[in-house]
Amino acid sequence: MLNPYLPREAEIVERIQESATIFTLRLRFTDPDHQAQYRFEPGQFNMVYLYGVGEVAISIVSDPEDESICDHTIRIVGRVTRGLAKLQAGDRVGIRGPFGRGWPLQAAEGRDVLIVTGGLGCAPVVSVINYVTQRRERFGRLTIMQGVKHADDLLWRERYQHWSEMDNTQVIVAADKASRDWPWRIGRVVELFDEAHIDADKTIAMMCGPEKMMEVAAARLLREGMTANMVYMSMERNMQCAVGHCGHCQYGTHFVCKDGPVFSYNQIESLIGKVGY
Amino acid sequence: MSVSKPRYFARRDFQRLIDVLLDCGYQCLGPQEKDGAIQYLPLDQVASLPQGYRDVQSPARYQLQTTDSPRYFSWANGPQALKPLVFAPRESLWHSKRDADGRLQFVETIPEPTPLAVIGVRSCDLAGLTIQDRVFLHGDKHDPYYAARRENLLLVAVNCSHPAETCFCTATGNGPVAEAGTGFDLLLTELNDGYLLQAGSTRGEQVAAQLPLTDANDQMHYEAGQQRLAAEQTMSRQLPALNIKKSLLQHQEHPQWEAIAERCLSCGNCTMVCPTCFCHAEQEQPQLDGEASVHERVWDSCFTVGHSYIHGMVFRQETKHRYRQWLTHKFSTWHGQFDSSGCVGCGRCISWCPAGIDVTEELAVICKEQPDA
Ligand SMILES: Cc1cc2nc3c(=O)[nH]c(=O)nc-3n(C[C@H](O)[C@H](O)[C@H](O)COP(=O)(O)OP(=O)(O)OC[C@H]3O[C@@H](n4cnc5c(N)ncnc54)[C@H](O)[C@@H]3O)c2cc1C
Ligand code: SF4
Ligand code: SF4
Ligand code: FES
Repeated sequence: MLNPYLPREAEIVERIQESATIFTLRLRFTDPDHQAQYRFEPGQFNMVYLYGVGEVAISIVSDPEDESICDHTIRIVGRVTRGLAKLQAGDRVGIRGPFGRGWPLQAAEGRDVLIVTGGLGCAPVVSVINYVTQRRERFGRLTIMQGVKHADDLLWRERYQHWSEMDNTQVIVAADKASRDWPWRIGRVVELFDEAHIDADKTIAMMCGPEKMMEVAAARLLREGMTANMVYMSMERNMQCAVGHCGHCQYGTHFVCKDGPVFSYNQIESLIGKVGY
Repeated sequence: MSVSKPRYFARRDFQRLIDVLLDCGYQCLGPQEKDGAIQYLPLDQVASLPQGYRDVQSPARYQLQTTDSPRYFSWANGPQALKPLVFAPRESLWHSKRDADGRLQFVETIPEPTPLAVIGVRSCDLAGLTIQDRVFLHGDKHDPYYAARRENLLLVAVNCSHPAETCFCTATGNGPVAEAGTGFDLLLTELNDGYLLQAGSTRGEQVAAQLPLTDANDQMHYEAGQQRLAAEQTMSRQLPALNIKKSLLQHQEHPQWEAIAERCLSCGNCTMVCPTCFCHAEQEQPQLDGEASVHERVWDSCFTVGHSYIHGMVFRQETKHRYRQWLTHKFSTWHGQFDSSGCVGCGRCISWCPAGIDVTEELAVICKEQPDA
């Protein structure tokens, strides 16, 4: 039986600087057989190991049908991520994964897709947006709502611009504080629901970001007539093992690493927004 | 396999049991008095067993006393039993090596333990082990470190004749005697001058076959039965007679959590001595030569700040939230995760809590009313 704790070596094929504190590592397993059989779903994550420092949970943002590569977009926050940021093409890391349950993309086929995110560059939903825009005909209307604190925090401005020009797609970006050339709204993302065209019966919502924001957004969607099992959110908790053994990611009954990180709202309704879970 | 009929094993022959286990290639561990507590330590001489020892346990208290009783097992439990033997307090998971070209190599460090026979295991210890098996061995992620140690274990259980004042295994349904199918290889019932011995597995049968056993008489069976009844009756601690699992969830904002937090030191002792707690942290130990790094795991506790830390925040900053996590996990959310309670009624968390917090009393306060349907 495979040892779920043992990483495998991967090589950085390319490193892309996305902003001052955000970078993308494009990775390939050095064992070609492992690369060939490696499969994941958008919303799943890997444990990325930096030699001598430790492992961190990072979402996979590349396309699940691209079998040659695995992309991770990482924000520098602490020990491991700071060290990872220093790596260059050709350097090696350890990878374990993929872990967890991803986004309900099967259930989303044929439906309108509403993405709600807040905070800094929210990697988990980037994978869905990419997935949907690559397969536009299989989905209905695509609405992307993104809230940032400051206009300068918006990563990939050109991408948002590009998405907003696509057919049947609405992009609503808001910043608490705008900058001079800010083309989008000012205000908090949850205040912008009035602008979105949400057809409650046809929509599936996927969110990630601050829990308070997701809680408020989910309540709003339910008021719009959506059902709790069509509202999904990606959760974050401390992760050590990623396989349901270390106990750190417990969220009520759930283990975020294996029962999540993506949950439907009805699974976590009694917990979200409450202090101490 | 079903449990074999009890046969009589004289106390004067006890060394023979140790010798047979050693001859079969097992390292033997048995209870011994060390630093004022009963601990499981390597055993080759029957004289090392804690003959005549009794334990006095109450909230925040564990004390040993000696008596002139010839019995080896007339105490309830010490701070640890089986958990550290299968789920090591600190162990290496793998090493990584980096060569001159920066290439990484990962080498797993799965233990290759010698077979281990543990004498003196209690029914609550067996129940705790079954629960840890569910954590580490069931589901799609099998833990090879735990599994390697687990497969090497031979368990010689002893029915509890002298539960401590802190014990409540009758309330959780895990004791004081070990029932068939709870995982022992051999089971002893200690009587005044000897033991009733039963085998619960083929390996246990093989050991039993090498022991001088005789038929048990009615008097012995009667003595065992009386002893069981007496043990059951000394256990006065109860659990609330309602659906605790549901009730706890309905009382997550109960004022008692705050009241407990005023006493709780958030030290994590309860989680360390608990036979079912499985939380651990992973950490890195880079070697001095810079060419290798050891990745290990160490026991952790939901009472630490790091347990609920993610960058920029701690989800359970306050003690009341940590205690709520511990109690709710043990008695409620554990059911949803592993189809059983996370408590086997061993009472360790009561004795070893420096503040003397008693889970049974706290549950009684929090889970008073019948939960809504
Ligand atoms: C399912 C999931 C997906 C994630 N996807 C991404 C992503 O795509 N991009 C990205 O930049 N970040 C992502 N994160 C967050 C990322 O794991 C943390 O930023 C990272 O662990 C911080 O590590 P550090 O050592 O740099 O920080 P420090 O603050 O030094 O943290 C110390 C240690 O605490 C733990 N820890 C700290 N923050 C987190 C956290 N948020 N989640 C889990 N463990 C944590 C880690 O073990 C970490 O090494 C994700 C987290 C989860 C749970
Ligand atoms: S919660 Fe307390 S009484 Fe229950 S198994 Fe753990 S240590 Fe023993
Ligand atoms: S969360 Fe707390 S109570 Fe639950 S297993 Fe971990 S340490 Fe024990
Ligand atoms: S990360 Fe260890 S249990 Fe989920």
